[in-house]
Amino acid sequence: MTSVTDRLEKKTLLKAPQERVWGAISDAKRFGAWFGVSFEGDFAPGARMIGTIVPTTVDPDVAKSMEKHAGMTFEIQIDRIEPMNHFSYRWHPFAIHRDVDYSAEPTTLVVFELEEVTGGTMLTITESGFDGIPLARRADAFEANDEGWTLQSKLLEKYVSKTSP
Amino acid sequence: MFAALGDKTRLLIVARLCDEGPLSIARLADGQRVSRQAISKHLNALSKCGVVRSQLAGRERIFELRTKRLAEARQYLDQISAQWDRSIERLRAFVESDL
Repeated sequence: MTSVTDRLEKKTLLKAPQERVWGAISDAKRFGAWFGVSFEGDFAPGARMIGTIVPTTVDPDVAKSMEKHAGMTFEIQIDRIEPMNHFSYRWHPFAIHRDVDYSAEPTTLVVFELEEVTGGTMLTITESGFDGIPLARRADAFEANDEGWTLQSKLLEKYVSKTSP
Repeated sequence: MFAALGDKTRLLIVARLCDEGPLSIARLADGQRVSRQAISKHLNALSKCGVVRSQLAGRERIFELRTKRLAEARQYLDQISAQWDRSIERLRAFVESDL
C-alpha cells in the first residue's frame, strides 16, 4: 500500500486539443504566461530553469493576488519531456521566503500527463515526495481554505477529528 | 512523517488509538495477526515522526495519538492541493480561450 500522504493527484478535462495543451505546458514562454513566471531559456530534459515570478496573463484578479510574490526567484529542474504526453520537473513547493536558501532541501516531483479523449485532453498532474519535506516548511503552506476533502484524505480526516491531549 | 503512515498495520494502529484512546503494546497486539514485536517496531516509527507519544504507566508503556500533528500534515497537503487547483484554472483559461 503506497503512502496516502506522499503524493497528490489532480485529474482534469481540458476542452482543448492535446497539441495546444502540450504547447502550453512544454514551452517555457507559454508555461510562464499562465503559471505566472518568466523563465530564461527553453525547457530541456535535465535543465535547471531559473525564473522570476510575474503576474499571470490569464486573469487580472488572480494576477493581483499573486503580486506579493512578484519578483521572487522561481526555480525548477526539468526531469523528462516526452512529446506530447509527459512533462515532469522537480521543485521546492511553497518556496516563498525571499531570504531562505532552499537548495539544500528535498524536492518534490511534478508530473504532467496528457491523454487525448473525447471532448479534449485529460490532464493528470501528480506531485510526489512529500515524505522528505521538513516540518518547518509545512507551516508556509497555511492559508484559509475551504477546499473539500479528497477521497484519500477522508481516512486521515477521521483520525484527526477527535480531540486529544 | 508522511511515509510512516503508508503502511497498512500502522494505519490500523492509528485507527485503534483514535477509536479506543491510549493503549499498550499488549492491547494493540491483542487479536491481531501481527506480532507484538512488529507492533513495537511500528510504534517506534510512529513515535519517531511524531504521530504517537508514549508514557510509562507502571511497567507498561502506553501509546497515544498526537492528533495535532496529523492535522498539520493533512492541512499541508490541502494547501498544496488548493494551489494546484488554482494553477489548473489558469491553465484552463489559457488553453480553452479562443485565440
